[in-house]
Amino acid sequence: MAGKRLRWAAWHLLAAGGAFLMIYPVIWLFMSSFKRSELIFVTAGSLLPDPWVWENYVTGWKGIGGLHFGIFVKNSLVLVVLATIGAVLSSALVAFGFARLKFKGNKFWFSVMMLTLMLPFEVTLVPQYILFSELGWLNSIKPIVVPAYFGAPFFIFLMIQFIRSIPAELDEAATIDGCGKFRLFWRIIVPLIMPAMATASIFSFYWRWEDLLGPLLYLNRPSLYPVSMALKMYLDAETISNWGAMFAMSVVSLIPVLIVFFLFQRQIVEGISTTGLKG
Amino acid sequence: MSMRFAAWRDQFTGYAFISPFLLGFLIFTAFPIAASLYLSFTDYDLFSPPSWVGLEQYQTMFSGDPKFWKSLRVTFIYVFVGVPLRLSFALLVALLLNRASRAIGVYRTVYYLPSIIGGSVAVSIMWRNLYGDEGVINKALNFIGLESVRWFADPFAALWMLITLSVWQFGSSMLIFLAGLKNIPPSLYEAASVDGGNPLQRFFRITMPLLTPVILFNTIMQTIAAFMTFIPAYIISKGEGGPLDGTLLYSLYLFRRAFVFYDMGYAAAMAWILLAIVAVLTALVFFTSKYWVFYETKED
Repeated sequence: MAGKRLRWAAWHLLAAGGAFLMIYPVIWLFMSSFKRSELIFVTAGSLLPDPWVWENYVTGWKGIGGLHFGIFVKNSLVLVVLATIGAVLSSALVAFGFARLKFKGNKFWFSVMMLTLMLPFEVTLVPQYILFSELGWLNSIKPIVVPAYFGAPFFIFLMIQFIRSIPAELDEAATIDGCGKFRLFWRIIVPLIMPAMATASIFSFYWRWEDLLGPLLYLNRPSLYPVSMALKMYLDAETISNWGAMFAMSVVSLIPVLIVFFLFQRQIVEGISTTGLKG
Repeated sequence: MSMRFAAWRDQFTGYAFISPFLLGFLIFTAFPIAASLYLSFTDYDLFSPPSWVGLEQYQTMFSGDPKFWKSLRVTFIYVFVGVPLRLSFALLVALLLNRASRAIGVYRTVYYLPSIIGGSVAVSIMWRNLYGDEGVINKALNFIGLESVRWFADPFAALWMLITLSVWQFGSSMLIFLAGLKNIPPSLYEAASVDGGNPLQRFFRITMPLLTPVILFNTIMQTIAAFMTFIPAYIISKGEGGPLDGTLLYSLYLFRRAFVFYDMGYAAAMAWILLAIVAVLTALVFFTSKYWVFYETKED
């Protein structure tokens, strides 16, 4: 009995110790954002701010380059919402086609789609840039948002897995009742795959919120910048006096991500475990 | 309604549903792939029309550009040190957490959190500062009696920053391994303990073989993702890839060639070399898999 207790304690000690090491950098960032800017590195060894100050959040939120930080947050939200709606709806449509409809080439195009998951983005980077500049889309959010409306392979795959778990008798019954394919999709399949669509939305939110390369390439006007680019501006203008603001706004940029993470943990864990793909 | 019409209509409906993907694939993937192959044989600066130069870009890359080789070497170290370390940690922690306890949920959350936030600019900025001359890492080194390291002065030390940032995000692989471990039937372990196998034997005889398909899949996907790493290198080196090209990952160098120097032809050639590398590695992992991946044969 004593041996079992001891092993239990040792296991917890190991697991908790590792967990503490993992989370320490994030706690350090959070705590540092409440330290006075010039003290952040003088007192880097201790976690607790002395004195606690709010000023980093006040100066940080005032923004950079003459732009209020709220503008960057708004820009990010616009990108996230527009791209997510497009990616999730179009992916659901495509997933239904692959999972439920019989047509020549179904298997072939499915394999092509899975291959694009493994395609390094660098291969399409330059021609895409040329394409969007020929279209006159530079300095707008179109190059970032429009491609989302053509389905995202990762989400399509996720939803195909989900649709396959729905009994096919349901479709047959609906078809016998004279339900067309689109109505079948919209009235029966979509309500049933809501959980998969929710998971896709969560991942879409993460990727769009964190995306740097798209904005870096296509947005040159700071008034269009999302949060990721604003943080880059802070980094470019790094001085002792604005460390605090940079730390504080980094924390601000992580807050929505953390909220979504804690609210939707179950979906995230399932999304990762069932597709075996990274978030 | 004739049979032929019905068959034709089924074809049409199918393609109508997958048309967003088809169009997107043609416009944003297939056409750009072909275009970048063409561009890789040209000299193109975006402003004047591309001029055909044959294999010149590839020749420059292989024999006239030491930076290309440096960036390739940095990337290989990053991938082949980072990915195995990341997967090992993922497996170790998954084994640690694969037991019944109410605390599992909390631990799993904490270990997984870094892979959710890890790709962000905020975390790259945080990482940069952890490794500052007066940062936490150096304070910890001093605490255990070691000397501070100037992480931003030494190319290898700087690359180490990137590798540790990647390893820190082992959580998503850990989740996949945990799911794999849960799928191993307990009856197998019971049989093994009746036969008197010790825990280490059970691990190497049962757990590892049954987990190999998951490991294979993870190795491929993580390797590809590692070759595409951009944000951490860009943020940590402030877009330069320094010191002494120590953090000049392949995608950062490609980005700089294309969008700092407007050397589109060269960047396209680099992209095709990368595609070839990724394809060869994937094929290699795939074809050697029959020697080390254990597939359960279905009886009945």
